[in-house]
Amino acid sequence: MSTTTVANPAPAGIAVPQPAPPVSRGYWQGVARRLSRDPVTLFFGFILLLMALAILFAPWLSPHDPYQTSMIRRLRPIGFQDWRYPLGTDELGRDMLTRLLHGGRLSWFLGITPVLIAFAIGGTLGVLAGFAGGWVNMLIMRVTDVFYAFPSVLLAVAISGALGPGISNAMLSLTLVFIPQIIRVAESTTTSVRNLDYVESARASGAGAFTIVRAHVLPNVLGPIFVYATSLISVSMILASGLSFLGLGTKPPEPEWGLMLNTLRTAIYSQPLIAMLPGVCIFLTSMCFNMVSDGLRSAMDVRG
Amino acid sequence: MLLYLVRRVLYAIPIALAVGLVCFMLVQIAPGDPINAIVPADAPQEVVEQVRRDYGLDKPLPVQFGLWLMKVVQGDLGRSLATGRPVTADLVSAVGNTLTLALVAAGIGFVMGSLLGTVAAVFRGSLLDKAAIGLAAAGVSVPHYWLGMVLVVLFSVTLNWLPAMGAGPGGSGAWAWDWEHAKFLVLPAVTLSVIPMGIVTRTVRGVVAELLNQDFVTTLRGKGLRRGGIALHVLKNAAPSVLAVMGLQLGYLMGGSILVETVFSWPGTGFLLNSAIFQRDLPVLQGTILVLAIFFVALNLVVDLVQTALDPRIRRA
Amino acid sequence: MTEPLVRVRDLEVRFVTRDATVHAVNGVSFDLAERESLCILGESGSGKSVTLRALMGLNPPRRTKLSGAVRVGGHNIIAASERRMADIRGSTVSMIFQEPMTALDPVFTIGRQIAETVMRHEGLSRAAADARALELLELVQIPSAKRRLAAYPHELSGGLRQRAMIAIALSCRPKLLLADEPTTALDATVQIQILLLLRRLQQEMGMGVIFVTHDLGVAGEIADRVAVMYAGKFIEEGPVRGLMRGPLHPYAQGLLGATVHSGMRGERLTTIPGAPPNLERVPKGCAFAPRCAFVEEACLPEVPAFRGPVPGHAARCVRVPQAA
Repeated sequence: MSTTTVANPAPAGIAVPQPAPPVSRGYWQGVARRLSRDPVTLFFGFILLLMALAILFAPWLSPHDPYQTSMIRRLRPIGFQDWRYPLGTDELGRDMLTRLLHGGRLSWFLGITPVLIAFAIGGTLGVLAGFAGGWVNMLIMRVTDVFYAFPSVLLAVAISGALGPGISNAMLSLTLVFIPQIIRVAESTTTSVRNLDYVESARASGAGAFTIVRAHVLPNVLGPIFVYATSLISVSMILASGLSFLGLGTKPPEPEWGLMLNTLRTAIYSQPLIAMLPGVCIFLTSMCFNMVSDGLRSAMDVRG
Repeated sequence: MLLYLVRRVLYAIPIALAVGLVCFMLVQIAPGDPINAIVPADAPQEVVEQVRRDYGLDKPLPVQFGLWLMKVVQGDLGRSLATGRPVTADLVSAVGNTLTLALVAAGIGFVMGSLLGTVAAVFRGSLLDKAAIGLAAAGVSVPHYWLGMVLVVLFSVTLNWLPAMGAGPGGSGAWAWDWEHAKFLVLPAVTLSVIPMGIVTRTVRGVVAELLNQDFVTTLRGKGLRRGGIALHVLKNAAPSVLAVMGLQLGYLMGGSILVETVFSWPGTGFLLNSAIFQRDLPVLQGTILVLAIFFVALNLVVDLVQTALDPRIRRA
Repeated sequence: MTEPLVRVRDLEVRFVTRDATVHAVNGVSFDLAERESLCILGESGSGKSVTLRALMGLNPPRRTKLSGAVRVGGHNIIAASERRMADIRGSTVSMIFQEPMTALDPVFTIGRQIAETVMRHEGLSRAAADARALELLELVQIPSAKRRLAAYPHELSGGLRQRAMIAIALSCRPKLLLADEPTTALDATVQIQILLLLRRLQQEMGMGVIFVTHDLGVAGEIADRVAVMYAGKFIEEGPVRGLMRGPLHPYAQGLLGATVHSGMRGERLTTIPGAPPNLERVPKGCAFAPRCAFVEEACLPEVPAFRGPVPGHAARCVRVPQAA
């Protein structure tokens, strides 16, 4: 009958092959491992790195002064006929390569800074709303809803249009556009984490609110919020350049990709390739940020 | 369910009011004396005084907001500083043009996006899938105003197949439904369709791929349904989320068309906004933004209602 | 002798992905006669659900590699095209699943989901199909059947949902009913009702039934024969009473000893130490050897063949005495 206990296996003398025990690794090591196996993300990340370095070292890499105009050297074509201007010159005779490198600094700055600020402010407000619940949540989320009632481009144009052109105005309006979006993501992430069992058990064991937020909530929400924010960088760049394109952001003669697209518009009939160059840069940057952000998101998704 | 519908509609009202408030504040945050934002600088003194009374500019802000709101509700959005014409009139024709452009672009983007997304989901992991994802990623990353310029260079400057600007022959501002005018619609619509196409592709792919993994699809196969039968089930399950995204995208198209309209000089709301910004014509700016935002709110409302109607799980309020 | 309803010989199922190949089923053979009821017993990962799905070709199409011979109701399952299979599924063979909440489409009414099956296989009109759906709901004893036709899955309780799923499965009078842990997700009281319903329906409709479970109580309640599965193989087969009273294989003995039932108060619960093998590699000898208390040299070189003291009850264990 079957009430006997099964004794310890493998009586002496018999070598039985045992299965190997599973190896457990930390979460972040898992993320790093998945990333390292993702050739697409690594590729775009590498390009992003190259661009960042080029832009950072723009003053040393540029062959010319970005502000120096010359009426006789207007709209020289791309190519090595005149090797001093490999990418040609713009409508005021300035070297395109130099302008693009320097323009990148402003474009990247305009793209990344609003997102960073929005991440800080929106993240805080969103986590607060998600964790506190009640009337705090209602207040923050209703105000967010109002801003959400505007399409982003429209809101950015509206605020910039009212305030007038200028870099700081543009950054202000972009930040205001992104804060509500980050608040929404932060709030919903925090709410779902807050309702998880292990937070309940932390509460049940008497942990104070601050401790719970710091130890349990933040580590789990910062990741997804951060990844969402990185996906906003490409939007921010396109919007920032778009504002400059409309005359609402950077003012001439500052080099900035969006502004350059605007001023070069008249050149599309004579030197179309040059007129399109700044857009290529925006496209490339935006694409790289998007692909890297996507890659990060799937590496961080444990369900895989 | 009726209760939910009513509540949802009622909820839209404070949002609309708040939107109005934000638009109202636009004029207040503009640098300079608000009176200059409403009346041209060279207006005679009596007109200035009249406007000051009408808009209650020496009264407290909430009163001003109330007065402004009452005018808006009656359809009076003020007069353009640049042309002196009532804003509402110009706005109506501009909205019509933008709506035409947005609807066509949406049509192209949604249809292409749905096709690509479905193909990608069904052939998940294959080369087709990767190509579709790549195309979608490019679609959402591209600065569409630049793409417009590229298309102009390609099809207008180089090939001379399609016109580069305007909505009709001779750069006219009028739109008509004939082939002559249709030529002018092609490039702007295609340009504008790229971003929604990318987003819809991604959404459809995600939703359909997720659905195909669900248990009930195995049950459907187990019942002996063929591809068509299973597709019907997947479609009905996917519809709420996909339609919601499409609705939002239509809203973005309407509100965000300014950049593309600028590139192509398309006489729509974006173009109006652009000249308003250029000329610091605040009444036009304010009026246009208000109308577009309210449209967006209304669209969101419709999307919510449709989504609820389609998903039986959300029936109870 | 006529062909049995189900004939399986040397069935092997492998799941092939970029990372690894999993040998889920490693050589299963059995017959099922008409009106007979077989229970496949095993823990998670033993391959029991995979075997069941292989009988209908329901494993994920791209990853699955099948070999061996499977015949159901005279049809060759492994060689059949997808179109052919779509005709067989739902009409000759039907399946009910473990979790009715996720197995039913949430946006269609259950009446519609039943009618759809009937219209698909028997070409009935909508009205006739709806009438049949009503009959079926009454057959599975759903109260207020008429009202329930228009109900959505999330509006029904777990037990009613499972009955609805049974109604769908039986709608075209299949010859073979497959059940993948049909009562696991239900409350204990409801479990009994569903089991009794299934047994009654099997007798009334003359179907063969194969069911998969890890619950011995369920097996005892409804099966004629039991097959115990471990690491992708049947390691013991026999009539339900005989096997439950006198299991031959150490694993089966362990399973039966590990069940909690009344009268055990004061006794130690038995456990089987260790864990089932990783099926990325087919184990060479007896797959249970690493955990077996009675392991011998003879267990290691190759998989033991079936042997048993009485015809009809056998186990893959070298220690089992052979019939004289």
